[in-house]
Amino acid sequence: MKKYAQPYKTPRTHAPEQNPEKRRKNFQEVSLGYTPAMAQLEASRCIQCKKPKCVIGCPVRVAIPDFLEQVAKGNFLEAAHIIKESNPLPGVTGRVCPQEDQCEKHCVIGIKGEPLAIGKLERFVADYERTHQDLKPIETVPSTGKKIAIIGAGPAGLATAGDLAKLGHEVVIFEALHKPGGVLFYGIPEFRLPKEILEAELDYLKRLGVEIKVNYVIGKIKSLDELMKEDGFNAIFIGTGAGLPYFLDIPGENLNGVYSANEFLTRINLMHAWEFPVFDTPIHHHKIFAVIGGGNTALDAARTALRLATTEKVMLVYRRSREELPARKEEIEHAEAEGIEFHYLASPIDIKGTNGWVSKIVCEKMELGEPDASGRKQPHSLHNSAFTLTTDSVIIALGSGVNPLIAKSSSDIKTDHHGHIEVADPNINLTSRPGVFAGGDIVTGAATVISAMEAGKKAAQGIHQYVMKFEV
Amino acid sequence: MFKILKKTELAPQVFRYLLNAPDIAKKALPGQFIIIRLDEIGERIPLTISDADPIQGTLTLYVQVIGKTSMEMSRMKVDDFILDVVGPLGNPSLIDLFGTVVLVGGGFGIAAIHPIASALTQAGNKTLSILGARTKELVILEKEMSVASTKVHVATDDGTHGTKGLVTDILLKLIEKKEPIDRVIAIGPLIMMKAVADLTRPHKIPTLVSMNPIMIDGTGMCGACRVTVGGKMKFACVDGPEFDGHEVDFQGLLNRMNTYIPEEAEAKEKYLKETEGKCRIAEIVQIYG
Repeated sequence: MKKYAQPYKTPRTHAPEQNPEKRRKNFQEVSLGYTPAMAQLEASRCIQCKKPKCVIGCPVRVAIPDFLEQVAKGNFLEAAHIIKESNPLPGVTGRVCPQEDQCEKHCVIGIKGEPLAIGKLERFVADYERTHQDLKPIETVPSTGKKIAIIGAGPAGLATAGDLAKLGHEVVIFEALHKPGGVLFYGIPEFRLPKEILEAELDYLKRLGVEIKVNYVIGKIKSLDELMKEDGFNAIFIGTGAGLPYFLDIPGENLNGVYSANEFLTRINLMHAWEFPVFDTPIHHHKIFAVIGGGNTALDAARTALRLATTEKVMLVYRRSREELPARKEEIEHAEAEGIEFHYLASPIDIKGTNGWVSKIVCEKMELGEPDASGRKQPHSLHNSAFTLTTDSVIIALGSGVNPLIAKSSSDIKTDHHGHIEVADPNINLTSRPGVFAGGDIVTGAATVISAMEAGKKAAQGIHQYVMKFEV
Repeated sequence: MFKILKKTELAPQVFRYLLNAPDIAKKALPGQFIIIRLDEIGERIPLTISDADPIQGTLTLYVQVIGKTSMEMSRMKVDDFILDVVGPLGNPSLIDLFGTVVLVGGGFGIAAIHPIASALTQAGNKTLSILGARTKELVILEKEMSVASTKVHVATDDGTHGTKGLVTDILLKLIEKKEPIDRVIAIGPLIMMKAVADLTRPHKIPTLVSMNPIMIDGTGMCGACRVTVGGKMKFACVDGPEFDGHEVDFQGLLNRMNTYIPEEAEAKEKYLKETEGKCRIAEIVQIYG
C-alpha cells in the first residue's frame, strides 16, 4: 500500500458530479461518488492517528481509521462490515451528514491541508457493498425473548432497531406513513439520497430481523398501554420526530401557492407529484418559487422546485448572510452552481395575492447584530426597507415543531412547554414512564439525521439494560 | 391490504363500502376519519368513518364520485383490496348530554353526520336531523337517519322530497319556533356549513362544522389542511376535523379548495381515456380471439 509522505500536501480526491446544467432538470443523484481507484487513493491519505479525533467528531463513533485502512488496501467489503458495526445506514449518512462539522472537522490532516473525504468514502463503501451483493449471512444472535416496539421509522427509530436486533431482541417498528424512512423518505430528495439506497439499508435491517409495520399511527390505533399490556412489548422507543411545520404568521399564508416545505417535499418525494399524472398526486405548475429559510430543508425544497418541468426561477430568501446558512456546505455550493437565486438579509412580512393565488412577497431588509444564544448573529430589520419579489409560489422552510400525537394520548409522558419529550437520563434516553424511551427530534427539536441516530443508539443501550435487568 | 367485503350503490355516484380493517375498527369513534391509498401510484385521500364494528372488524365508508380516485374506487368490486388504510385519525366528536342537538347533513355529508347522530341520541339527547340535497334521489340514508335521530326533516332544492328549499330554511323555522337548541353540528359542502354558522351566530347557538380540506399525511406533518379558526392557524387533521363554525374562515378555505381543480380534471380525463382503451382492447380480444 502506498502511503503519502506528506498527506496534508496531497489534495483531496474530488468525486465527479453531474454537470449543473444537466442536473438542474433531472432528479438523478448530483454526486456520482468515487471509483474504487479514487477511494483507495483518498483513503491512503489517512495517517492512522493513534488517538483518532475524527471518531470523536462522529456522533455514532464509526471506527473511521479502521475502515479507511481497509479501503486503502482495497478490502471494501471488510470496510463495510467495520462501519456497520456502529452505523446501520452508511449509504444514508455518507450522503446527508454534515461531515464538515463532524468527523472531517476533526481530521488532523485538515489542519495543514484538506481533511480526508470521510463522508464520500463512507458512501463509496456502502455503495460497493450494495452493488456487490455481499449479503453475507448475518450471524444470528440467540433470541432474548424480549419484544421492543419502536414508534416511527425515521433515523432515530431505525438506529435503535438495528442495535436492538443485533442484541437478539424481537423488534417491531410502527410507521404512520405508507413507506418507512421518515424524513429520509418524505423529506430528502432523490437527487441527494436515492430511494434505492434507503431501501437497501432498510432491507439490511429487515435481514437483521426487524419487522416494519406501515400505516400505524400509535396514539390513535393503539396506545402505549395497549402495546405493553396487550401486545406484550417489554419496552417502547418513541422516535416520532419533529414533523409539525412552522409557518411565518404573516398575512397571506393561506393563499394558494403557499406550501410548507414538508408538504412540498412530501408531494414530490413520497407521492411522486413530479410524475403527475402518471402518479395521482399533483403539484401545481408554478413558474417562480420563493423558498423561505436557509437550512437543508430549504435548500432541498429550492433545488427540487428548480427540477420541476415548468419552473423558470427559484429564489431562496434568508434573513442572515451566506456565512450563517445552516445547510451543509456541499448543498449550498450545489444550489449556487444550479442557479438558485440567493436573497440574503431579507425577511418576508407579507404575501400578496391575486384571485386567491400568490403574486408577490413583501420583504424587509435585515442587518446582523450581536450573536444570539445559538452563536449566530441576530438579524434586525431595517426601518423603511420594504421591497417586493415577484413570485407565484412560496415554500416555507423554517423548521418544525414536535409531533404532538403520542404525548397527547399518553398523559404519563412528561413534555416541556414546546412539547418535547423529557428524558430523565440523556445517556439512556428514558422518559418519565418506566420502559418507555425516546430520542431524536421528538426530544431535542429539529436536528440532524446522525444526531437522531446517536440518540437512538443510546436508547438501545438503555432499553437493553432495562429489559435484561431481571435476567440472571 | 384491506379487503372490500360489501359494496352498494346508494344514489347515482354514491357508494357504500364495508371494509375489513380490524385494528382500526376497534378504535374508531364517531367523527374520526381514515386516509386511504388505492394502489402504488395512488394519492392519499381522507374518508369519514361512518360506522365501525369492532367485533366484525369492519368499517363502513361512503364515497361520492368526484375525482379520479373516487371514480377508480367506485369501479372496485367486492373482494378487491385497498393497498393502504391508516387511522383512525382526527379527534372524535364530543358525545355528551347537551339537551337538544340539531344535526345538519348536506348531500354526501349525511354519511358523516349519521354516526354522530346515533351516538348523541344514545347519550340521551333530543336529536333533530335536517337532511338536504339537490333532489330526492340524492337524499341518502334517510331511513338510517330516522332510526338514529329523534326527528328527521328533509329539504331538497327542487322540492322533489321534503320541503322545497335549503337546510337553513328548516333550521330557521326551528329557531323561530323557539325550539330550545343547545348545539348544532353541520357537515356538508363548505357553503352550506357557512350558511348554517351565519344563521346560528346571532342566536349564539354553539355550532360545530367538520372540515375536510386538502390533506396528505393526516398526522400534522404537511400542513396542507390548515384552516384559520378564530384568527389562528389550525390543522384539520390533528386539531379537528370539527371546529367552532362561528370562528372558521370559510372564505379562505373555499379558496384553498380550488387549488387542484385543473389537475383533478386532468387526472380524471386521463383515467377515463385509459380505462376506455382497456375496455376496447378487451372487446377486440373477445371479437378476434
